[in-house]
Amino acid sequence: MIIDVNFVGLIIASIMASAVPLILASCGELITERSGVLNLGVEGMMIIGAISGFALMTVTGSLIIAVFGAMLAGVLISTIFAFLTQTLITNHVATGLALTIFGIGISAMIGKNFVGIPGKEFPVLFEGLKDTIPLLSPILFGHSIVFYFAFALPFITSYFLKKTKIGLIVRAVGDSPESASNQGINVRLVRYACILYGGAMCGLAGAYLSMIYTPQWIENMTGGRGWIALALVVFSTWNPIKILIGAMIFGGLTIIQFHMQAIGVRIPVQFLTALPYIVTIIVLVVISRDSRKIRLSTPSSLGKSFHKDN
Amino acid sequence: MIKIVKRDQPSKAIFFFTPVLAIFLTLIAGGIIFYILGFKPFEALKFFFIVPIADKYGFSELLLKATPLCLIAIGLSFCFKSNNWNIGAEGQLTFGAIVSGGVALLFYDQEGFYILPIVILAGAIGGMIYASIPAILKTYFNTNEILVSLMLVYVSKLILDYLVVGPWSNPEGFNFPETRQFSDSARLPLLFEGLRIHAGIFLALAAVVISWFVFYKTYLGFQMKVSGFSLKTAKYAGYKGKKMIILVFLISGACAGLAGVGEITGPIGQLHREVSPDYGFTAIIVAFLGRLHPVGIIFASLVVAITYLGAETAQIFMQIPKYTGQVFQGMILFFLLASDYLLFFKFKFIDSKK
Repeated sequence: MIIDVNFVGLIIASIMASAVPLILASCGELITERSGVLNLGVEGMMIIGAISGFALMTVTGSLIIAVFGAMLAGVLISTIFAFLTQTLITNHVATGLALTIFGIGISAMIGKNFVGIPGKEFPVLFEGLKDTIPLLSPILFGHSIVFYFAFALPFITSYFLKKTKIGLIVRAVGDSPESASNQGINVRLVRYACILYGGAMCGLAGAYLSMIYTPQWIENMTGGRGWIALALVVFSTWNPIKILIGAMIFGGLTIIQFHMQAIGVRIPVQFLTALPYIVTIIVLVVISRDSRKIRLSTPSSLGKSFHKDN
Repeated sequence: MIKIVKRDQPSKAIFFFTPVLAIFLTLIAGGIIFYILGFKPFEALKFFFIVPIADKYGFSELLLKATPLCLIAIGLSFCFKSNNWNIGAEGQLTFGAIVSGGVALLFYDQEGFYILPIVILAGAIGGMIYASIPAILKTYFNTNEILVSLMLVYVSKLILDYLVVGPWSNPEGFNFPETRQFSDSARLPLLFEGLRIHAGIFLALAAVVISWFVFYKTYLGFQMKVSGFSLKTAKYAGYKGKKMIILVFLISGACAGLAGVGEITGPIGQLHREVSPDYGFTAIIVAFLGRLHPVGIIFASLVVAITYLGAETAQIFMQIPKYTGQVFQGMILFFLLASDYLLFFKFKFIDSKK
């Protein structure tokens, strides 16, 4: 069997493309969770981003407005979550679920008039270099700017959390809101900011789906990617670099199942699709069994409300 | 000047008033959304909430949708009351449907009074098996039950998908992703000629009565309540926490499994890809809206069931997507959670000149 090197390169590139929305949403959610907030609304924020991006692109014709508009829409919808959980001190789990259910519904309502409209072509970078290096060219060149941003984001996130003062504050708030508060840090403000940032990244992830990955609007088009992104944060044990690896594995499973079917490997598709969820559960069990490990990797106050009595 | 003051004790009256307030606010917000979309708000709300249940058929459909919601929410209230976050009822429902559907298929060419009880029991057991996974992982491996139960939802749906496409698909079914029809003996009897409401409603009502008894008349109910308030107190009191976690998950799984049985042996009559329009997730809203109280859950399941029907009518008469139902479901939960603030805090008018 002769393997075409460029074909392998194309497969890897397609795996990377399917990993982009997962990386964006997971890195956003990771910051939110590092501040101690569990937002189960990822799927909802993504789908809002998807319809906002697509609608703005169709109405204004501007890709820049559309991309930033989608991020803004993610911010706006996550503001509801932030207001409820931080100001009105509601339960994170219930509020996040409400956000997802609401997001799927409202996006379908807004998207009613955008079904069946063809998308626009999104410009790609370095297209001229596409045939220069075998294997690597299709991987490195000819992608949208969002693609490159997504693959830089885990490193930026890691640097932010480890090396910057604000990153340290975010982690302090997530690990011990009480002591952070005693140090004069405004816990609520930090958590607000982290939730809105998560919203922006999920909005961008959604816009990538509806504007670049499959340029069209379909109801419920995020198709559970938000939940995978949530799983990915756990899978990574809240480490942004591992998100990159996880997203490639999770994204890869989707792509590989097409090719395995094509060459006639007899593994049920459903098994491969279920694998990310099963692997996540196993990872979760492994890290939680050792209470030391979970303390080292999980933000200690994750999902717990913090209210400073005044 | 208005100041926000913490209440000494959560207000009991407001506890039962806020769900009504939440529904009211949802209707207002819904009207505004319809207005923005270019519909007459009152007319749209009428199509959504009144037209669907205005006749005998509509009312039967309402009960049909409320039955699984009520059943699952009752089960969930056992978990939520004791601080266990089972959000995977949808998966437990699906797995219950798979197990009971498998049993029903064994008897596809047989009739007999004994078939239905076996099928129902199989569904409850299926739900329990599936709910035991997050429960056991939580008790013995300290694993977060929210994430595990959620991940398992997708796994169960994929198992179902695999079965109805592959090994269980109807051999005479032209490759449609569905199983054979169950025999009549494996179907829940209909209550009225020409209406779809079936005997599954009695399962839901039984669950309501039993849960009321357990919550308010047994030691277990008391233990659950204490653990819900404070896990530390429960530990001091010497309650066996692990046992209780597993028990509430099993109860909740059994209820969700029974809801799955109700769907496939009631209106559906076979297994196919979509045995539930997310009843398992929506039931979480029902449980909250019903204040985890058995009677409250009955009312809440009826209210939330309307959003399913309303979405269908609105799709036909107003050409708006059926997902609109979810907008209302999300908003109900938003407003309910928000108005819970009034439970713990109150607004106090203070003379600022002092």
